[in-house]
Amino acid sequence: MSSVSRKPLILGDKTYKDITDDICGPTETFPSKGWFGLFLGAKALFIFYIIIVAIIISTGMGLLGVNHPIAWGTMIVTFVFWIGIGHAGTLISAILFLFRQKWRTSVARSAEAMTVFAVMTAGIFPLIHTGRPWLDFWLLPYPNQRGPLWVNFRSPLLWDVFAVSTYATVSSVFWYVGLVPDLATLRDRSKTKIRRLIYGVLSMGWRGSARDWTHYEMVYLLLAGLSTPLVLSVHTIVSFDFAVSMLPGWHTTIFPPYFVAGAVFSGFGMVVTLLTLVRRAFPVFKDYITIDHMEVMNKIIMTTGMMVGYAYASEFFIAWYSGNPYETYAFINRATGPYWWAYWIMVSCNVIFPQIFWFKRFRRSIPVMFVVSILVNVGMWFERFVITVTSLHRDFLPSNWGMYAWSWYDSAVLFGSFGMFFTIFLLYLRVLPAISIAEVKPVLYVGKKPKHGGQHG
Amino acid sequence: MAKRVGGVVGLWDDDHTLVSAAYKVRQAGFVKFDAITPFPVHGMEEAIGIKRSWIPWVTFIMGATGCLAGIWLQYWTSAIDWAVNVGGRPFFSGPAFVPVMFEMTILFAALSSVAALFFACRLPKMDPSIIDPDLTSHKFALFIPENDVGYDAGRVEQLLRQVGAKEVRRISEY
Repeated sequence: MSSVSRKPLILGDKTYKDITDDICGPTETFPSKGWFGLFLGAKALFIFYIIIVAIIISTGMGLLGVNHPIAWGTMIVTFVFWIGIGHAGTLISAILFLFRQKWRTSVARSAEAMTVFAVMTAGIFPLIHTGRPWLDFWLLPYPNQRGPLWVNFRSPLLWDVFAVSTYATVSSVFWYVGLVPDLATLRDRSKTKIRRLIYGVLSMGWRGSARDWTHYEMVYLLLAGLSTPLVLSVHTIVSFDFAVSMLPGWHTTIFPPYFVAGAVFSGFGMVVTLLTLVRRAFPVFKDYITIDHMEVMNKIIMTTGMMVGYAYASEFFIAWYSGNPYETYAFINRATGPYWWAYWIMVSCNVIFPQIFWFKRFRRSIPVMFVVSILVNVGMWFERFVITVTSLHRDFLPSNWGMYAWSWYDSAVLFGSFGMFFTIFLLYLRVLPAISIAEVKPVLYVGKKPKHGGQHG
Repeated sequence: MAKRVGGVVGLWDDDHTLVSAAYKVRQAGFVKFDAITPFPVHGMEEAIGIKRSWIPWVTFIMGATGCLAGIWLQYWTSAIDWAVNVGGRPFFSGPAFVPVMFEMTILFAALSSVAALFFACRLPKMDPSIIDPDLTSHKFALFIPENDVGYDAGRVEQLLRQVGAKEVRRISEY
C-alpha cells in the first residue's frame, strides 16, 4: 500500500455477505412509502406526457412554439439536454474505469442506468420533431422503391442518427454486461420460482468461473475503451448539428469540446440529484455511496462548470476578435437582447453557483449539493435554449427576426419528459441491484486494514 | 464444456487463501481445474495459469470491418447507386463520411466483443448447475473435474482439505 492512507470506499465493518444482502435488499423487500410516493408522482407525470405527445403527433408540431424564423425549439433543446445528461454515466462507467478510479464502483451502476434512460428519453424528441414520426424510418439508409433514394451522408443530422443510435446500443450493452454477474447473484438468492426464472433468464446462466471472469474483465475493458471515444464523438456530432451551419452563434469551432464539457457538467448534476435521492430512499446505501463519493463528484461539477464558463468567455472574445459584425452582434444580443434573462440564468446557474464548492463544508453538505445540482441542470437546459433560440431569433436580415412563441405544450413536453425518466429510474431501483455487487466487493478493503493478512493490489 | 463432468469441489470463505490454494493445486499437477468466485479475484489467472483472453482480436478485426462497411455503405450509396449532387460537393465526400465510419467501427467492435464473450463463456446456458448458491455472494470454490490429469477422488479431496478448503464435496455434474 502507498504511504498516503486512503479513505475507505465502503463504510462500516462489512463482510462480502453483508454487501450482497445490503444491495439486493431493495429488490427483495416491499417498497417504502417514500418510493411509492415518488413513483406515483412520476407515473402520473409520465401518463400526462404520453397524452401530450399523442396530441402533438396527431395534431401537428404547430402546437409548439416553433415557426419561422425559430424552427428549432423545445424538442431540439430538450433532446440535447437529455443526451448531455447521459454523458456523465459513460464518463463514470468508462473513462473513470480506464483511469482506475476505484471510487467509481459505487456509483457506476446507477450512473450508467441514468445514461440508458436519459438517451431513451432524449431519442423521442428528434423523432417527434420531424413532424411526421410515422415516417421516421426514412432516417435510415434502407433499400427503398424510390430509386432507391439514399440518405444524405454529408448532413450532420444524419451523423447524429448514427451517433445517437450507436450510443444507445453500446451503452445499453455495456450496462447489461455489467449487470450479468449481479443478476446471477439475485438468481441464486431468489426464494420464489418466478423470481428464479426471471433472474435466471436475465443472468443467462452466468456462474463466475475464473476462465469466464478472464474473458469478462477483458470485454469490460474493451467496452470501456470503445465507449470513451464514443461518448466524446456523440456530443461532438450533436454540436456539429449547430456548428456546421453558417448561422452566427452556431458557426464556432469551440462547439465540440464546449458541448462535451457541458454534457459532463449537466450529467454529474443529475447523478448528484439522483444519488442524494437514492441515499434517502435506501439509507443502507449510505455506506456505499458515501459523502466522499459525493464530494468528488461536486469537484467534477465545479471543474466542468468552469470549463463551460471559459467557453462562454471564449465565444465573446472570438466574437470581438473576429471583427465580424454579425458574430459580434449575435453575442451582444445574447447577453443584452430580448432573451437576456435566459442568458443570465445560464451564466449564474452554470458558472456562479457551483463556485460554492470551493468550500469543503458546502461540498460535503447534502442539502447544498442537492440544490446546486438542480440549478446546474436548470442552467444547462437554458444553455441549450440560449444557443438554439437566441441564435435563430436574430440572423443576418432584420426582416427575418422574430421571437419563439412558447406555448404551454412546450412546457408540457419538457416537464413530462422528467416523468418518463423518473418512472423508469424508480422501477430500475426496485428490480435491479443499484450498486454493482461484483465491482464493490474487490474494493471492500481499500483504505482499511485487511482482516485476512495478504492484501492483493 | 459441452458435456457436463463430475468432480470434486472445495469451498472457501475468503479470496486470499483461495488464490494460494489454487496455486498449490496447480503445483500438484492439475490443469483443467477452475475457480468459481462471486467477483474477479485479483491474481487468480496467474494462480490457475489461464492465458490472456483472445477476445481483443475479435474486437480489432470486427472494428476494422465496421470501418470498411461504413466506407462502403457511404461510397456505394452516395457515389454509385444513386449519386445526388448536393451543393456541388464531390460524390465521395471523404471528410463528411468520417463520423459515420467512426460510429460503425465502434458499433461493430462493441457488439462483436460481447458476442465473443457469450461464445467464450458458452452463454446463454440453460439450467446451469449451481454448486452452491453462495458462490455468487460470499463463498469461493475450486473445482477439479474428473477428467483432469491424475484425478483420483480420494486424493483430490485430501488435497483440497490440505490447501485449506472449509468444505469438500463430490458432485456428479458441473
